[in-house]
Amino acid sequence: MRKVKVRRKILIANEEYAAKNRAFLKERKLPCLNVISSPGSGKTTLLAKTIETLRGKLSIGVIEGDIQTDIDAQRIRKAGAPAHQINTDGACHLSAAQISYAFHKLPIDRLDLLFVENVGNLVCPSTFDLGETNKIAVLSVPEGDDKPAKYPMIFARAAVVLINKIDILAATDFNIKKVKADISKLNKKTKIFLVSAKTGEGMKQWCDWLENLADNKRKKILKKTRPRQ
Amino acid sequence: MHEATVAQFILEAISAEAKKQKARPIAAKISCGVFNAINTETLKFAFEAISIDTVCENLKLNIEQKPIKAKCKKCHATFEFDLHESKCPKCRHDDFELLPDAPLLLEEITFEDK
Ligand SMILES: Nc1nc2c(ncn2[C@@H]2O[C@H](COP(=O)(O)OP(=O)(O)OP(=O)(O)O)[C@@H](O)[C@H]2O)c(=O)[nH]1
Ligand SMILES: [Mg+2]
Ligand SMILES: [Zn+2]
Repeated sequence: MRKVKVRRKILIANEEYAAKNRAFLKERKLPCLNVISSPGSGKTTLLAKTIETLRGKLSIGVIEGDIQTDIDAQRIRKAGAPAHQINTDGACHLSAAQISYAFHKLPIDRLDLLFVENVGNLVCPSTFDLGETNKIAVLSVPEGDDKPAKYPMIFARAAVVLINKIDILAATDFNIKKVKADISKLNKKTKIFLVSAKTGEGMKQWCDWLENLADNKRKKILKKTRPRQ
Repeated sequence: MHEATVAQFILEAISAEAKKQKARPIAAKISCGVFNAINTETLKFAFEAISIDTVCENLKLNIEQKPIKAKCKKCHATFEFDLHESKCPKCRHDDFELLPDAPLLLEEITFEDK
């Protein structure tokens, strides 16, 4: 018997694509947000509402990931933004290679902000880096307040957690204080927004955060393209 | 569920190394941080299924799950993170930072003697 040390990263192929995507986005100063949640938390509804709220302010594009159908991409187009649908044919997550290809299916150079709606799944997508700027986790009230404790991997990595469907809070025993405490144990820097994609409550704070993110990138461009004196 | 994807990558990596070594691999050691959310049994099962009729058939996978570590911001001690006991075990301070999760690694392969 002979032992050979390898120490090779198993997801190296995905990481290489993710690094390429990151460089592609950086070159264009385009922020890209990878939205992750369980099925039905309201990702598509939230994105549609976000597109409507930011109409005339930010030009938004969306890459949709679903196991099957292009229903979600159609909903995004109806809300007024370009969308490209990826079907994973059974896979529980999007991969960085799929995103590299999807960039060229959108009017990428006209966008201020790019969303990726990952396949509805709270576990698998967080293991696959897409080269995104930030991960955004969505947790909806009916799922229960124990999710950050049960699925810490996504909540520890998300820059923002959107707690959605707060319009039905009164009908549940969802404890916002507990959720906030659990999330901050995992990551003190995480921003938490309480929203309802249905009533529009809380959307302003979230959209302000997005505008700020896109503005910071733009300012960098202005600085770069300003002629030298 | 993503264990199937991971199993495929492991199979490719081991097969490539076997070709280089010109030997039959009989065991391999994998390590991964627990936030990669790899279920040990599911990964073994997925690997077994896809390795049939390949050079990796009957290969034994050993999977080591590495805990998440945290670093105390006050006394700088590093410790294993536990969401239910989220205080530094040394100084009881509750301001700490999670350290990056260990990546999924193919650590070593054991080959049959020629
Ligand atoms: N009450 C209430 N319902 C909502 C809200 N946001 C979304 N919903 C409803 O929740 C259901 C699922 O919403 P989607 O936007 O399709 O959820 P999703 O996360 O995109 O689902 P998948 O893509 O299948 O994972 C729909 O019936 C929405 O109308 C909300 O803020 N409040
Ligand atoms: Mg959706
Ligand atoms: Zn300490």
